[in-house]
Amino acid sequence: MSDIPANLAIDAPPAQTRPAKSRGYWGGVWQRLRYDHVTLFCLALILLIVLSAIFAPWIAPFDPNKSSIIHRLKPIGVAPYWLGTDEQGRDMLSRILWGGRTSLAMGIVPVAIATLIGGAFGIVAGYYGGWVNMVIMRTMDVFFAFPSVLLAVAISGSLGGGTTNQLITLAIVLIPPLCRVAETATSQVRSMDFVDAARATGAPTPVILFKHVLINVVSPVLVYASTLVSAAILLASGLSFLGLGVSPPTPDWGLMLSTLRQSIYVQPLVCALPGVAILITSIAFNLVSDGLRQAMDVKA
Amino acid sequence: MTLELASRSPLPEFDGSDRGGPEQPLLIVENFKKHFPIHSGVLNRAVAAVKAVDDVSFNVRKGETLGVVGESGCGKSTLARLLMHLLPHDEGRLVLDGDEVGERHGASLQDLRRSIQMVFQDSASSLNPRLPILESVAFGPRVRGASKTEARALAGDLLERVGLKAERFGGRYPHELSGGQKQRVNIARALALRPRLLILDEAVSALDKSVEAQVLNLLAELKEQFNLTYIFISHDLHVVRFISDRVLVMYLGQIVEIGPADDIYDNPQHPYTMALLECRLSMDPDARVDNAPLAGDPPNPINPPSGCRFHTRCPYVEDICMAKAPPLENVLASKAEGHLAACHMTHPGSGHSRASAAAPAALARAATPILTIPEA
Amino acid sequence: MWLYALRRLLMTIPILIGVTIICFILIKIAPGDPIKALLPPGATEADAARLRAMYGLDQPLPLQYLIWLGHVLTGNLGMAISTNRPVLSEVTRAFGNTIAIAFIAVCLSFVLSLVMGVIAAYRMGGLVDRIVTALAVFGISVPTFWLAVVFVIIFAVNLRMLPATGMGDSDSGSFNYFRWDDFKFALLPILALTLTPLGIMMRTTRSAVAEILNQDFIQTIRAKGMSEFQVTVHAVRNAMPQIVAMLGLQLGYLVGGSVLVETVFSWPGTGYLLNMAIMARDLPLLQGTILVLALAFVMLNLVVDLLQSLIDPRIKRS
Repeated sequence: MSDIPANLAIDAPPAQTRPAKSRGYWGGVWQRLRYDHVTLFCLALILLIVLSAIFAPWIAPFDPNKSSIIHRLKPIGVAPYWLGTDEQGRDMLSRILWGGRTSLAMGIVPVAIATLIGGAFGIVAGYYGGWVNMVIMRTMDVFFAFPSVLLAVAISGSLGGGTTNQLITLAIVLIPPLCRVAETATSQVRSMDFVDAARATGAPTPVILFKHVLINVVSPVLVYASTLVSAAILLASGLSFLGLGVSPPTPDWGLMLSTLRQSIYVQPLVCALPGVAILITSIAFNLVSDGLRQAMDVKA
Repeated sequence: MTLELASRSPLPEFDGSDRGGPEQPLLIVENFKKHFPIHSGVLNRAVAAVKAVDDVSFNVRKGETLGVVGESGCGKSTLARLLMHLLPHDEGRLVLDGDEVGERHGASLQDLRRSIQMVFQDSASSLNPRLPILESVAFGPRVRGASKTEARALAGDLLERVGLKAERFGGRYPHELSGGQKQRVNIARALALRPRLLILDEAVSALDKSVEAQVLNLLAELKEQFNLTYIFISHDLHVVRFISDRVLVMYLGQIVEIGPADDIYDNPQHPYTMALLECRLSMDPDARVDNAPLAGDPPNPINPPSGCRFHTRCPYVEDICMAKAPPLENVLASKAEGHLAACHMTHPGSGHSRASAAAPAALARAATPILTIPEA
Repeated sequence: MWLYALRRLLMTIPILIGVTIICFILIKIAPGDPIKALLPPGATEADAARLRAMYGLDQPLPLQYLIWLGHVLTGNLGMAISTNRPVLSEVTRAFGNTIAIAFIAVCLSFVLSLVMGVIAAYRMGGLVDRIVTALAVFGISVPTFWLAVVFVIIFAVNLRMLPATGMGDSDSGSFNYFRWDDFKFALLPILALTLTPLGIMMRTTRSAVAEILNQDFIQTIRAKGMSEFQVTVHAVRNAMPQIVAMLGLQLGYLVGGSVLVETVFSWPGTGYLLNMAIMARDLPLLQGTILVLALAFVMLNLVVDLLQSLIDPRIKRS
């Protein structure tokens, strides 16, 4: 088929002999991210935080739960407690490292669960439309009628504290926004002609969903999910602050802030430390998700 | 991904089987109706309906190009989707090469999808932006059961036939192609399932004129190579005349005129067609149009006018037009060269002052029916 | 216009009903059997059954819901276990305190964000723009309760300028926001509440105004000879619908989410009430407060919607 008639000549753009393999979508995203120094820096920061949380048992200088009456509320910068000690004499540096495990887990796990569940509901609602859409989205609307902090406090307050309850609470709070984003993206994709073309081939619905719909929906949903990680961390620490999270003496940044509150007249800087950890982590996740969103937004 | 859709052979053979014979129309559309209900009010009840396609009947003969023209909102795109069964029709029968679609011993939906494919207009959303075009074209054969390599080979072959070298273009994404190239890909994708009928819904409307010409030439070539039948939907009257054998004119969900292309253009019978043709701009600078041939906006498809739907804009309107809707008589039974118009003026004895006992010469040929469709 | 408002109100009713259902369910999912908690030791199953019947807890759930809803609609939200006072009066008293600081915080963030946002929109990439972006990121990343603690540290501990907690001696009835002796108690809570909305509003204002400034009609009015100030006024006016919408949303979030700040400052608002209810496991108070806050949030959103339809001519009000 190489003898292409002249009138079928290709109206190619000013030709460069392009290689057969094109960069693809993710290639383009990476190209743009490469020059975004802020995002890359924050990505490295997150990696650092995650690694230090994972390896906390090995790199923490002290046992985070070992209390010592004589070493209570030591200031920052004095060896061997480089970040001081809390009101029970426990080393702050170790507690902050260990606390990272809980806080990060509370940020990432609920978001992952909510993405799967909310995303599934949203995709179904967006693809099928009609009354399925109405039932799902109106139910989500009721949850949207609560401000997130209030909803979290409400569910948590009823269920009681504890790690599992906190996870459940956060997942429930995060499902409606993810569902909504997934539904919007899916119904936009659904209205595109190529979905009709796929339907016209007689392909069964699951095939169309996986091959055509999902790959177009996954990126906006994941980007949105990444913006929720920092919100989840903040919510989780807020709940712990109110005593609705893990129980003492487990190190948790929010809980630490709460227990240290009484000592702010003695060692204010030490008492502010857990919040600084939350702040830095939260900022890092926010900037990374922002950068990711910008890199993915451009239509190549 | 394993796709378990039943298929008789892994690679769809070119279905040269001509079950009905050359005289049997490839497609008979009978009394097609599609109304879209409008929900309103607090309880969301259906208060009205958009009568998008209202009692439409026509034939599509094998090997012809049937042009469909009409203004926006006349129902042509809805009709296309109904034919493909992308939308379920409310009423009506569809007969594919003699077999009724949906009947037990007739044609199944699968057969319909195997035989009819569509090329869409808006080339921006007509291809999956995340799939390389080779994959987009290969999707159809894969669904039918072809293996990955077979499907890709078929896709590559088709891309070549539409003028895109597979090695250079196969791995590209839609955003890396021009509008004309994307439409070629769309055509290749539609052909990958070896259909007998191709519906082109405004397939060239979004392209630059020069590109449009190339694609039209390509379509002509492919029609011969693959022994295809075309339904060509467009609002561009020049293009439709160039490419069509017969033309069908739609207005507000109904067919108002149907006949051979040259006949319709040279001798339009329905006032709407006449007005449409007068709207065409001429290349002759001396032939200027002073008055707009067609006044006003098309009426609302939710509440179409009584009787003849065109009567509100028709220069020849009379009482009979407002009272009774003129039918498109014997459209399914008429000969191939039949030129019919749904207008009281063309039906002798209808009550319109211009309808004469001596019917206009062009319509005389359509007087005697040749084929009768067996009742279901 | 009123017809539109009525229709929107009618559409809100299913959501309000949904909210009440969730509030009802909240109590039901609380672990522990409230009846057991009320019974003295040694009570028999028959006693428990009688008590259950007395409280109507032996009825099927939907019926319990309807009875409870009936109570709610007549204003009976039960008695707070911890204070032994009607829940409704506790909540209404606290609500005023919360609305006051939330409203002031929102006004403050509105004014500041308007100024900074407009400047940033005009000088994109400039110093103000970068401050705005930094503040915005900070505002959505900072844990508000930590910020509150930091404020306490700076202003109460170190500088000893402002009181750390409470509302002062005068109760909420005679609290006068225009008197410094009273207002100084509210200042820190307001500042702590302002930062997050400020960050979000600055970003919203900046992008809304920048988007409008990019539109063609701005060039047109400049070409017609309007001064830059007038152009700015035009741009801001066009951006108002978006800004107002976001503002309303922020007010709602502050009212609903003030629990953390109020806990830190022991500010007697609804958030503080929530905290108290949680710590004392006072379920009627918890449920009542949440119900009132959620309903307030829904009504607030409705008001913002209607306001938007008034100022945004693009919204059809047929």
